[in-house]
This record gives sequence, structure tokens and C-alpha cells, in this order.
Amino acid sequence: MMMIWAIFLSLFGSAAAADVTLWHAYRGAERDALESLVEQYNASHSATVLTRAVPYDGFNSKLEAAIPRGNGPDLFIAAHERLGTWVPSGLVEPNATALADVHPIVEQALFHDAAVYGYPLAVKTLALFVNTDLVAEPPTTTDALVAVAEREREAGRIGLAYQATEPYFHAPWMHGFDGALLQDDGIDLHRPGAVEALAFAHGLLKSGLVPEEPTGALVTQLFNDGMAAMVINGPWFLGEVDPTIPVRVVPLPTVSATGKPASPYLTVEAIQVSAHSTQKAEARAFASWLVSTDPAIERAIKGRQTVATLSAHQDPRIAEDPILSAFQRQMEQSHPMATDPALAASWEPLARGIRRVMRDAATPDEALAAAQTEFEIVTRPPPPPTNPLPYALIAGAILLLAIGYVARSAWQARRQIRADAHAYRWVAPAAIAMGTLVIVPFVVGAGVSLFAHRDGSWTFVGLTHFFDILFARDWPLSSALSFWFTLIVTVAWTAANVFLHVGIGVALAMFLRAPWLQLKGVYRVLLILPWAIPNYITALIWKGMFHRQFGAINGLLDWVGLEPISWFSQFSTAFAANLITNTWLGFPFMMVVTLGALQAIPGDLEEAASIDGANGWQRFRHVTWPMLQPALLPAVILGSIWTFNMFNIIYLVSSGEPDGGTEILISEAYRWAFTRGHRYGYAAAYAVLIFGVLLLYSKMTDRLLARRVA
Amino acid sequence: MNAPSLPRQVLTHAFLVLTTIAVLYPVLWVLKMALTPGQAFSLDPNPIPSAVTLEHFVGVVGTQDGSGGWLFGRQMANSLLVAAVTSSIGIGLATTAGYAMSRWNFPGRDAGLRIFLITQMFPGVVMAIPLYILLDEMGLLDSLLGLSLVYATTAIPFCTWNMKGFFDTIPVELEEAARMDGADRWTTFRHIILPLARPALVVTGLFSFMTAWNEFILAATFMNDEQSFTLPVVLQSYVGDYGTEWGHFAAGSVIVSVPVMLLFFALQKHLVAGLTAGSVKG
Repeated sequence: MMMIWAIFLSLFGSAAAADVTLWHAYRGAERDALESLVEQYNASHSATVLTRAVPYDGFNSKLEAAIPRGNGPDLFIAAHERLGTWVPSGLVEPNATALADVHPIVEQALFHDAAVYGYPLAVKTLALFVNTDLVAEPPTTTDALVAVAEREREAGRIGLAYQATEPYFHAPWMHGFDGALLQDDGIDLHRPGAVEALAFAHGLLKSGLVPEEPTGALVTQLFNDGMAAMVINGPWFLGEVDPTIPVRVVPLPTVSATGKPASPYLTVEAIQVSAHSTQKAEARAFASWLVSTDPAIERAIKGRQTVATLSAHQDPRIAEDPILSAFQRQMEQSHPMATDPALAASWEPLARGIRRVMRDAATPDEALAAAQTEFEIVTRPPPPPTNPLPYALIAGAILLLAIGYVARSAWQARRQIRADAHAYRWVAPAAIAMGTLVIVPFVVGAGVSLFAHRDGSWTFVGLTHFFDILFARDWPLSSALSFWFTLIVTVAWTAANVFLHVGIGVALAMFLRAPWLQLKGVYRVLLILPWAIPNYITALIWKGMFHRQFGAINGLLDWVGLEPISWFSQFSTAFAANLITNTWLGFPFMMVVTLGALQAIPGDLEEAASIDGANGWQRFRHVTWPMLQPALLPAVILGSIWTFNMFNIIYLVSSGEPDGGTEILISEAYRWAFTRGHRYGYAAAYAVLIFGVLLLYSKMTDRLLARRVA
Repeated sequence: MNAPSLPRQVLTHAFLVLTTIAVLYPVLWVLKMALTPGQAFSLDPNPIPSAVTLEHFVGVVGTQDGSGGWLFGRQMANSLLVAAVTSSIGIGLATTAGYAMSRWNFPGRDAGLRIFLITQMFPGVVMAIPLYILLDEMGLLDSLLGLSLVYATTAIPFCTWNMKGFFDTIPVELEEAARMDGADRWTTFRHIILPLARPALVVTGLFSFMTAWNEFILAATFMNDEQSFTLPVVLQSYVGDYGTEWGHFAAGSVIVSVPVMLLFFALQKHLVAGLTAGSVKG
């Protein structure tokens, strides 16, 4: 059969000549290994494989957009968790043959709906990294781990650094205490084992064995500074470790209380065949070659991957590699990440629960019970489908009315329109561009709010989302998840920001315009800098500066003799942290606008006021400010609209902490779309409501504008 | 106004210096991470690096593609091209629209201005997927031109408002004189109005340039090929879910920020005069 196929292909060469495209998000050594293997393959096969490196961020959503429209690759390398979404939405092709030469746990991970999907390249799990200068004998039980960590604490170091508040890093304890999220009875966040596991992790933090607010960056820094004896992290951590630190990798310890291993989640990176590929045979041929023994050995040695191909582990270079073999042993004691999409929706409630416990705002039992409730709300089944006909009729009627209204107005003003024909020609290019690329996508996006999305399928639900949101059907009004609560926070956020932007901007502009001031240009350029640097960069920097234990701001507070502040554990300080960051980013715009407006104010007015005996403040208050106002007002309106939707700062600085309290409407919409089970329809309803609120606001300011200008 | 007493001058300078230091502190930190060996995120409050290396700059600038071509150079060129095309489209469309809205009170003008402002309120979250489909239908997916068009339309509303505001401040009498001499609308606009509006053109251009230069979400969604990435997308790819190359990220940030800083520096006089989103008269 293969022979006939091969002859067929050689006869119709054009079909075989097309390239097989492969998308991946590999970087560094993994990428180099993959690309050199692809070169080898292309040199000895008729099919040509082309690789494309796609940024990790948005890799999945890009695949989901591109594949159904025929723009996707033939092959792509992805973690197996998303199979639960990709299989039902028909993105991936099941394997034609059974997998061989892999561990059963890997096969189990790729098994979905009675078929196996993809060819496993590598496995990724967490493991224990030990600085052997500090810890000669890595602990094998949690009791031993605590003992070592306590010894290190006495020596002024951190015993164990890991991202304790992230569910992924906390999961090994949950599994060790029999509190796995997904068990035979489904997903449950509030199991006795999970409560014990959280109490254990909380104990580690409270006794000073684990650092506070442990971010990935902090963990790396502590380890590289020789300040942390042990770290729980994944294979990617090796790329960040300072080469001068002697590091050893061992499997995670056994939980002493239960005698069970603390087993991390297992992620299987597999090469998947797209269901829309036109050359599945060639794609499969390459994929199965890439996971065969020799290429796997090369990936292990060059790319430092824990390869899934078992026979590759027979090779002495891999079997005797202390790090690769440690990850291999860890894999045997791991929990394959479930492909159920509902599991992804459990991360946020669980993370919130863990953080509440870690900052002593709740007991493990309370926090997990609340997390379970929240999880149930977020994953409740979609509203029942609605008959779209009435909606279509109403929408049609509104459209007709609108067209009629415009046509009537145009008819009434026809003489003037003809007289002003040239004006329309001048405006047309901008209007057409805006209509096509802004208004059409928005109308389509807004239309999505009438549909509910679950795992790739859409149902028409009419205005149900809006009712659910506006009447807070699922949670009390005072909950951080409620629209009205978030709206109040958003309005406060916008008002406070604009007030500070204008206040600081005007004050600096007043200083900078003094004619006698030297170095004016230097000050001006330096003060504009925050505007020039992309805000996602500076937001991350500010986030680091607000760290409880190691941030620069608490360092400064300490230096002047104040108590350090745990910025993200209370609403007021977390809000302040966002506000400080965004004020820093936003005042230069207002400063420049003010400087411009000040140029238009004649100096003799102030001179006259000065002669009349008015002091500096009085001159500003009664002469300068009233003249500045009309110039500043439009800038304030635009600024407040931008601030209202300032997603980056909220998302990157406070991430909504504590408990989603500092979330604003736009970041809440984002969470519904991307971290709460891809509820695009619900998110679109949020977006439409945001638009509505801003429209209302602009109506109000219109009146203000009219009054000022008149 | 005469210069105030010496103590007051000193005080003013002290205040400005302190403010400047506070403003520069986070910037210095980026520089420090870019210059410090290793990929760690520094939490040390001292913004002066203890050891200096250029390895991150070399690592970021020196990236190559599969066939040994200079990938970073290509991506830098993409970014410049997209930003330049965006600015040209932005200036072109916003200037004509702004001029018409400033000079002629035609039916629908106020509604148009209002709609332009309203488009600033559309949350981006809902727009990305429909835009993707639209660009795909227009054959502009994975194309730098498509990306530039999208950026230009995000920048047009602000730019139009700003241009209109500036044109409002130019006396109509100037054009009327030229019209008397027989010049048509376009000639008057080209030869009399545009030269006067240079500060506002500079601001409009700078604003569109920055919109295109800093954006990464849409760029990462619409562009498939590494060869067609813009620099922010590359920067973003240093910040993965599994570990982050902070040193490279910071070095890349510095490289991305420097051109904008230079532009600000070169154009700062115009910036102050041309940012007149202010003097809008309804």
C-alpha cells in the first residue's frame, strides 16, 4: 500500500512538492535542535518541512483562528492540555497508528475521546533544584525538606523558593495529600486533602521557609544570589540559573503525612497534525520520524529536552545525564494535566483561594469552599438557546429606521449637501478607513455578545448575558465579580488618574515655563520619557518595585524608617500601586498639552495681575487656570477614555489583587474571554457595556464642552 | 517677569531635579537589567549595575533566521516600515479630514467628529477576531500593509481632532486672500495651510508612529512569519510562560525606546506647539 502511494506521489509530483509547515514556540537550545533536525530531514526526503517560530503568547489563540480558515500549519507543537478544546472543535487529526516506545502515562495524556492525538516529543514537569553548596543531601521527604529549610533559615537564607501562590506550583502538594482537583467524581476544589495541602503550604510560608509574594523572577534571583537553598521549578529554569551555582535536580519529596509522593502536573509536548492539513501523509511521516529514537536522542542532548521516546533513554549519554534522568524519574511520578476545559476554569478560583490563605485572610477550609462556589458559577452551563427570529426582526426594524432617519436628514439638507460636496470628498478617505477597519469589526464583535460560547460551539442566547451581568444574577452586588462593583472601581480609577495627571502635568508645566529657568529643555525631555517607553515594559518594572520583601519602594520606606507595606494584600494599597504606576505613565501627556496651551496665554494679563498685587497662587487661580481650562478639557476627555480602558497596567501590576478587587471592566472582560473557559459572548457583552458607559460619559461632557466654549 | 530671588531659583531647581530623579528611576532600572549579565529580574533597589556587559544587546541584535540572514535587522526594518506607512496614512487621512471639519460646516460634520471620538471607546478585546477575519477576506493577513492600515485607523481619531484643533487657530483670511487670487482649494491647502500647520503635522505623525511602533497584540495575531514580525512581538517572545529572558527583554526594550526618545528630543519644540487637541472649538 505504501509503495502504491509512493508511486502515486511521484507521478503527481506537484502534490508532494508542496511544503509541510510546522509552527512551534520553541526558543534557545530546543529551537536549535529542532531546526537542525528539520534540515537533516529535508536533505534526505522529498517533502520539505518549513518551521515557523510563533511567540508563545497567543500561540493557541492564533492556531484557533488560523486553522479553521485554512491559514494554519500542517503541523504544530503544543502542550496536550488544549486537546479538550481542539478535538471537539475539529482542529486536530487523530493518529492513524498506535503510539509505541512511550511511557503509558504519556499515552494516557494524549488519549482523548477514544483516540490518541499527536506524537509526543517531550515531557515537562516540576522537580526539586538544589544548590549543592548549601544542601549536600537533597531531602526525600517533606519532613526532611522542612528540617533542611529550617537550618537554612537559621543561616539567614531562604530554605525553599517556589511560586507558592500559583496553582501549578502548589499542585504537587495537593496530589501528595490526595487532594487532586480532578478525580473520578469530577472536579472539586474543596477536598479534605486539598485543605491539608494548603495548610501545609501556608505553614511553610508562615514559618519563613518560603519567600513572600514569590514571583518567578524572585525565585530565580534568590537562587542565583545563593540566597535560596532549594527551588521547585521546571526544566526551563536551567536556562536561568547562574552557571557558577552548583545545581542538582531530584524528584520532589514524599509527603511525610501520607507517604505519597508530591507529584507535579505532567505536560506532554506533542507534534499535532492539523485536521485542515492538505498533506496529512507527509505531515505524519515527518512527525513520526521526529519522535523516533535517533532524532529523540539529538533533541535530548542538543535541546536538553526530557524526550518522551523511551528507547532514547537507553542511550548512555542520556541515562547517565543527572538532570535528564532526574526529570525522567519525576515523570513516572506525575499527574498528566487533564484535557477537560473545565479544569482551566478552575485555576483562577483556586489561585485566589491560595492567595487569600497565604495573606491570612481566610483559613484553608473557608478559602477552598469559596473557590469551589466560584468555580461552579464560572462553569455553569450556558443559558438555554433563544429563538433568534424576534431579535432579527427588531434589529432589522432598527436598521431600517436608522437608514430612514439618515436618508430623511440628507434629503432635507440636500441643497447644502450639494453645496458642500467638496467637503465630503476631503473627509471620505478617513471615513471609509474608519468604517471598514473600526466600525465593522466592532459591530461584529458586539454581535458576538448575543451568543454563548462553550468549547468551540456557539448558541444564540439573545440578551441573556446582559441581564445576567446587569442584575448580578450569579453573585451579590458587593462581590468583586459583580459588574456594578467593578464599575465603581473603574470610575474611581479613572477619576483619580485624570486628577493626578492633570494636577502634576499642570504643576510641572507652570514650573517649566518660567522664562529665567536654565536647562529647561533637559528637564522637559527627561520628564517626557515615561511617555516614550512602551507601557508594558514599565508596568513590569513597577510591579517588581512594589514587591513586599525585595521591592525598591519598601526598601525606600524602610530607609526613612517606615514599616514595609504588603502592597497587593489590601485593596487600598493595591489600588494605590496601580495608580502610582499609571500616574507616572500619564502625566507627561498632560504636561505637554499644558505647555502648549500656556503659550497661547498672553503674558501681559498675568503681569497686570501681578501689578495689582496678586501673589503667585492668586495669579494662577484667577488668571491662568480659567484660560487653561478650555484647552485642557478635550485632552481630559480623551485621557479619561484611555484610562478607563487601560488594560495593561491593571493586568500587569496588581492583576486584580486582592481577590479581583482592583480589576477594572476591561480586564474583567479579558478574564471572561481568556481565563474563565473562553466565554467570548459574555466578554463581548462586557465590552458593549463598557462602550455604553463611555458613551453616556461623552454625552455628559458634551454639555460641559458646549458651555465652556460658548 | 523678572527672575525671582536666588533661594527661590535654587528651590525650583531642587524640586525639578527631585521629580526628574523619581521619574527616571524605573528607566534606570531597565538599563541596569539590560547591562547586567544573566537573565534574572533585578529586585535590588540600587539602579546602578554592579557588572556591565553588552551580551544582551549582542544577543538581541544578533539573531539570525534559519538561512543565516540577519533576522533582527529584518524585524527592525519591518517595524520602521510599518511605523512609517502608518504615519503617512495617518497624516494623510487625518489632515484632509481635519481640514474639512475645521473649515466647512457641512451636514453630518458634528456627527462625524462625535463618531471619531466614540471609536476611541471601543474596547480592543472584542475587535481582534473580527479584524482577523476581515483582513483575511481582504487578503491582507500576514502583510505589513494590512497591519499598517489597522494601526492608522486606531490613530486617525486623535490625529483628526488634533489637526482640526490646529487648523481652527489659523485665520481663514489667509486662504480667502489666496482664493481671491484664483488658487483652488487644494492649492491653498497645499501651499498656505500645510506649511503653517507643521507643528501639528509633527505631533500627528509622532502619535501615529508611536501607535504602530509599540503595539504587539494585534501584530502577534496577524503576522505568522518571524520574517514579518515587528520588534514589540519579538520583545514579547522573550517573556514566555515558562521562564523569562529578562536581560534580553530589557535590552530589547532599550533598543525599542531609543528611537522614540530621539524623536521626542528632536521634535520637542513642535510637540509643545502642535499638541492642540486643546483649542478645539466645538
